[in-house]
Amino acid sequence: MAKQSIEPMLWMLFSAGGVLSALVLPILVFLFGVAFPLGWLSPPGHEHLLTLLRHPIARVAGLFLCMLSLVHGAHRFRYTLYDGLQIKHLNEVINVVGYGGAIAGSVLAAYVLWQIP
Amino acid sequence: MADRITLQVARYRPEENAEGPTFQEYEVPCPKDWVVLDGLNYVKDQLDGTLSYRWSCRMGICGSCGMTVNGEPKLTCATFLADYAPGPVRVEPLRNFPVVRDLVSEIGDFMRKLATVKPWIIRDTDKPLSEGEYRQTPAQLENYKQFSMCINCMLCYAACPVYGLDPKFIGPAAIALAQRYNLDSRDEGAGERLEILSQHEGIWGCTFVGECTKVCPKNVDPAGAIQRYKLHAAVETMKTFFMPRGAR
Amino acid sequence: MSGGPAYSEYHPRWFRPRVSTYWWLSRRSYLAFILRELSSIFVVWFVVYMLLLVRAVSQGDASYRQFLDWSARAPVLVLNVVTLFFLVYHSITWFNLAPQAMVVHVGPRRVPALVIAGSNYLAWVLTSAILAWLLLGG
Repeated sequence: MAKQSIEPMLWMLFSAGGVLSALVLPILVFLFGVAFPLGWLSPPGHEHLLTLLRHPIARVAGLFLCMLSLVHGAHRFRYTLYDGLQIKHLNEVINVVGYGGAIAGSVLAAYVLWQIP
Repeated sequence: MADRITLQVARYRPEENAEGPTFQEYEVPCPKDWVVLDGLNYVKDQLDGTLSYRWSCRMGICGSCGMTVNGEPKLTCATFLADYAPGPVRVEPLRNFPVVRDLVSEIGDFMRKLATVKPWIIRDTDKPLSEGEYRQTPAQLENYKQFSMCINCMLCYAACPVYGLDPKFIGPAAIALAQRYNLDSRDEGAGERLEILSQHEGIWGCTFVGECTKVCPKNVDPAGAIQRYKLHAAVETMKTFFMPRGAR
Repeated sequence: MSGGPAYSEYHPRWFRPRVSTYWWLSRRSYLAFILRELSSIFVVWFVVYMLLLVRAVSQGDASYRQFLDWSARAPVLVLNVVTLFFLVYHSITWFNLAPQAMVVHVGPRRVPALVIAGSNYLAWVLTSAILAWLLLGG
């Protein structure tokens, strides 16, 4: 076989992240980004939210959501930089900052989710 | 309505225009059944014999007459002048390819890339003649038929921004034609093609802009072919990763 | 150019135009594509925002209230409204492209594009409804 490229793997993560973010994020932005701050709906009470978040399923799902969304964003933005600004020659820097950032963000997400009391 | 229309045609003569193309205007008749190609033929026959351009079948099957008409990649034999009335109609060579002269593009890049994807039936062993013909059910034909409609007109390459930005990108038509053979039940060469296509300038350069499918005059849907192939290639890569002996 | 033409009769000097940095402004579909790709930035921003929310919740009720107040401030609100548009745009373009990327056969028949796109939208509505119900105190 030809030398194994990591591209297919990245593309699969990008796709998974794309599906998850497309399904889940809009309602969350609407609620926590627009509806609650503007007072259109009353935000959940602290206890209720904490009960939801501390559940192991919520933590694991949240971690996957964050990880895959971050990889999705990094992957897509990398190609936007290639095509939009035509800076493909900087691809090493872009890859390290982009995917490295996604990994760092995922570690941060794991930490924050772990820290839920 | 109007029975004449102005064509603004790109002229590039290497021995004269060092900086790049200029535009020359020609007034041509505009009967309702004339296409842009008819206008260009009128120019060449009656007005200016020095105009250079490619054409052949004039019926949308040879793929020779692809040019940029008012900014859009079009087959000039399938684009009606009357649709652009009162004009003017801007005719330029196909984008993303070097211009040899006037409206003639250098298409060698595509021809070479097409050859690399091995657009022919590959079999481990050929069926002997005595066993008769290969048979295909209508369902098996449906699998690849759409991709076999490609006439190599390269409008998709002209529309693809990725190809414009990175000429190393293998491009929509080459991948669609590879799929035409990969999905053919008689073919056994999918593994061979995978090596070429799974390079970085193969399918992974594509960002699913989708313009190629929009401009294709034969509804080949190269964008769909590429995305489906990405999934296939990714799954194959996973297989070789996790089951090295099981993979082909 | 000085020194006469540098090409020969058999290898003419080709004209190779450079692609402009603003190629994406030249067609509406190119612009739509770039905007779709830029939604990636807002995906990342919202992940950060969510993590800030979770952290605030972890730190207690006062901290959560503070976060809610901060989220109502004009710059954050505007950013999130823009984020909402971009994320909805991402979802719509993603689900509309799904039938092109996925060919599903049920027996010998190919599932129509509308069904594939439709099921994606249905999944989106259901997911949103479930999450809203959970969060709003269901």
